[in-house]
Amino acid sequence: MQVVLFGICALLAIVGAVGVITARNPVYSALFLVLNFFSLAGLYLSLEAQFLAVTQVIVYAGAIVVLFLFVIMLLNLRPEDLPRFRLDRTGPLVVLLSLGLLLGVGMGIWSLLGASFPQDPQAQAVGTVESLGRALFGRYLVGFEVVAVLLLVAMIGSVMLAKRRFQ
Amino acid sequence: MDTLTRTRRRLEALIEESHLEIWREHNRALLRRLESKHSSVEFIGDALSTEMVLNIGPQHPATHGVLRVVARLDGEIIRSCVIDIGYLHRGIEKVAEYKTFQEFMPYTDRMDYLSPYSNNVALCLAVEKLAQIEVPERAQYIRTIACELARLLAHLLWLGSMVMDAGAVSMFLWTFREREKIYDIFDLIAGARLTVSHCRIGGVASDLTPEAIEAIRAFIRNFPRELRAWEKLLNKNRIWLERNEGIGVVSAERALELGLTGPNLRASGVPYDVRTFEPYLVYDRVEFEVPVRTEGDNLARYYVRMEEMRQSVRIIEQCLQQLPPGPIRNENAKLSYPDKQEVYYSMEGLIHDFMYTHWGVCPPKGAEVYAAIEAPKGELGFYIQSDGTGFPWRLKIRSPSFCNIQALESILEGAMVSDVVVLIGGLDPVMGEADK
Amino acid sequence: MAFESLQPKLLLLAAALLALFTMAAYTVYFERRISAWIQNRIGPNRVGPFGLLQPLADVLKLLFKEDIAPAAADRLLHRLAPMISVTAAVATIGVLPFAHNLILADVNIGILYILAITSLNVYGITLSGWASNSKYALLGGLRSSAQLISYEIAMGLAVLSVVVQSESLMTSQIVEAQAEIWNVLRNPLGFLIFLITAFAETNRLPFDLPEAEQELVAGYHTEYSSMKFGMFYVAEYMNVVLSSAVITTLFFGGYLVPFGHLFMSDLPAWARTGLEVLSFFGKTGFFVFVFIWVRWTIPRFKYNQLMRLGWVYLFPLAVLNLVLVALARMLF
Repeated sequence: MQVVLFGICALLAIVGAVGVITARNPVYSALFLVLNFFSLAGLYLSLEAQFLAVTQVIVYAGAIVVLFLFVIMLLNLRPEDLPRFRLDRTGPLVVLLSLGLLLGVGMGIWSLLGASFPQDPQAQAVGTVESLGRALFGRYLVGFEVVAVLLLVAMIGSVMLAKRRFQ
Repeated sequence: MDTLTRTRRRLEALIEESHLEIWREHNRALLRRLESKHSSVEFIGDALSTEMVLNIGPQHPATHGVLRVVARLDGEIIRSCVIDIGYLHRGIEKVAEYKTFQEFMPYTDRMDYLSPYSNNVALCLAVEKLAQIEVPERAQYIRTIACELARLLAHLLWLGSMVMDAGAVSMFLWTFREREKIYDIFDLIAGARLTVSHCRIGGVASDLTPEAIEAIRAFIRNFPRELRAWEKLLNKNRIWLERNEGIGVVSAERALELGLTGPNLRASGVPYDVRTFEPYLVYDRVEFEVPVRTEGDNLARYYVRMEEMRQSVRIIEQCLQQLPPGPIRNENAKLSYPDKQEVYYSMEGLIHDFMYTHWGVCPPKGAEVYAAIEAPKGELGFYIQSDGTGFPWRLKIRSPSFCNIQALESILEGAMVSDVVVLIGGLDPVMGEADK
Repeated sequence: MAFESLQPKLLLLAAALLALFTMAAYTVYFERRISAWIQNRIGPNRVGPFGLLQPLADVLKLLFKEDIAPAAADRLLHRLAPMISVTAAVATIGVLPFAHNLILADVNIGILYILAITSLNVYGITLSGWASNSKYALLGGLRSSAQLISYEIAMGLAVLSVVVQSESLMTSQIVEAQAEIWNVLRNPLGFLIFLITAFAETNRLPFDLPEAEQELVAGYHTEYSSMKFGMFYVAEYMNVVLSSAVITTLFFGGYLVPFGHLFMSDLPAWARTGLEVLSFFGKTGFFVFVFIWVRWTIPRFKYNQLMRLGWVYLFPLAVLNLVLVALARMLF
């Protein structure tokens, strides 16, 4: 059951991820992204991290991609405006970089293959809101607060940018 | 790519994009006008500022018939717009030249079909002024009562449709219930509900029956209560107030420039009302107030019309009290139709009827006249030139809706898409009259 | 999991789906009857006794209509959008407790699940607006995405205040926590905020901007016909029913019978469950009526008014409410 669920979700996640970059129409790209997020949520569920799964759906699928869609729809692109894939001078560089990245990730996975993970008897509880909250506001408090400040700065920045555009 | 090329290219794209197969040339011209409306068309490199041309009407739920607005939108905001009218043009000014004055009356019913009686009266007053025909007092009172009922009829439709356009659908049916009662009254007065054609040159077709008077009394007794109930729902409704406050503002000077009349002008602070400015019928014998507001926005138009309805009730009340006995048509058979009783039972009557139908009133050659009344939408005037025959040589109608619509283009620019419906509702044009 | 253990759940699922579809269909009927009553009309009364079979006739009519898609539409998304709408609407019933221990999936994040599913609702509307390749539909879709995102935040904060009070994300425990006193009395501000945002999330008047018929013809479903339109229609009414159910669950004691502690313990189990189900659907029905009542009374918001209400009033109020509830929780 677990393996089947994982297989389906992982496959869908890959399909979604590939779709995001191969779809010519940006609306479809955004939708593939949603598919990807859903599959990730499924993976989280299979890891007993329900809270994370639901947050993934609420935040990414429910809000962020909707904003993407909002902007893409406003652009009102016609098919002939869409960029076509063309190999130019940067092409080989892109291929090279991608291969390098793939290699790095592959090596990482390879090194993990042999390792064994201790079965945590309390794994069930890890994904709950309580344990997550305790971890965030206890052990990782500093990191959490730093991220909060970072987000605040980003928010102020975007407000400033938007303001300048409308002045 | 310089701005000019870009503009041209954009224009071509717009024309291609519009799936308007019919009247391609007409639509092209409209789009060109839209593009060239403000000489400084700016296209910023920002993709987010992409604009969209939206065609609203002529088939659209909120354009009160067949008005068409072509708007260039930036998001929800209308950057510029062009009004296209003429979809209901029937050429009735030309038709008039081939009809006797009396024959032409049914056509006026179909101008502002929300207040047919006012149109009838306006035509009659113009012809009577042209041919110097006296109208008996009782007929004048009957006309006044019917005109004010017509005003209620028109304002009720305005209220219902404007509130419905803002989203409150129930209001529409509530005002229609009251309109139904007025239609029933017209049925009693004229024998027809919508296209009454009850006026006759020199008087009216038939006298008010006691049932009709009783029906009018009952209506004006009950109506202020309904009006209060509606005001209770709307006057303190935040959504309603905020949707109308401060939008579509027309200053007094601008309103005069545009030739606005009626409630739209009075909402901008100009107390011009033909009923007091140049009293006709018996308006100088009744007491009433002309509501004026200075804000000039859509809310002011709403308040003005609501108050006008109350004043109409007052006028009808006084007219019913003062209603004198007497004849209802001019007795001179050369100037007015004889009574049906006479037509059926006397030779002279039949001849008069035949002659009047065939030749009609013949005003002196070269006479010309302009007579206007305060129709529900504003100043409704008939300008008639006579060549001495029973047909007008030229008949020009100054219809209030046609002039009021002029304001629409300027008040729509800068407004939001949601405002379009309430602004059209607030100006209250009726296309039967604007296109004629 | 063995099939045997799933069987009662499947039965319950079937019953819940049936109840939901019936309620949605009859909400349409009651909407028409109540609006008729408000507007001095009679309403549908020809099909069956009191017109009770009207929903059936409506569905049949929709099924037999020609299915039209605009030539320039994006076929796939045009077809997908109504399905997303219905799916997102139906999925909420999974975590609603109909009675004590009568719940499809009593997961420990139940209430968040509801939020997640409602946040998906926007896809159906936005995509239909885009895929139709019609300007009116596009405007409807744009309005809807902006509206739903803006109101989701206030809604989430209102839900959070309830979570703080009941100290659980499980819907069943949120209901049980109201055994003494309903949340609407302990957290009236949160209830108001949730009610307003629920109207916004269901696209009902005064928040029906995405389909404002006087402005945008029919908004996002302008280019839909036949059962594809029917699916949007059904989804809207399902959302009304489900929003009412969620309001009931969060603020009005869910399935708890008012003054139930006085007499409930003497009753047999089946009677208790029956009463609880009745109580749940009764309260839900009341809120469905409120939805209908408001729709036929109030004018519609304008886009900028809507945004102002959402961000300037509701959002700070919701934060304030959350802080107040949390403080109260800490002090008492």
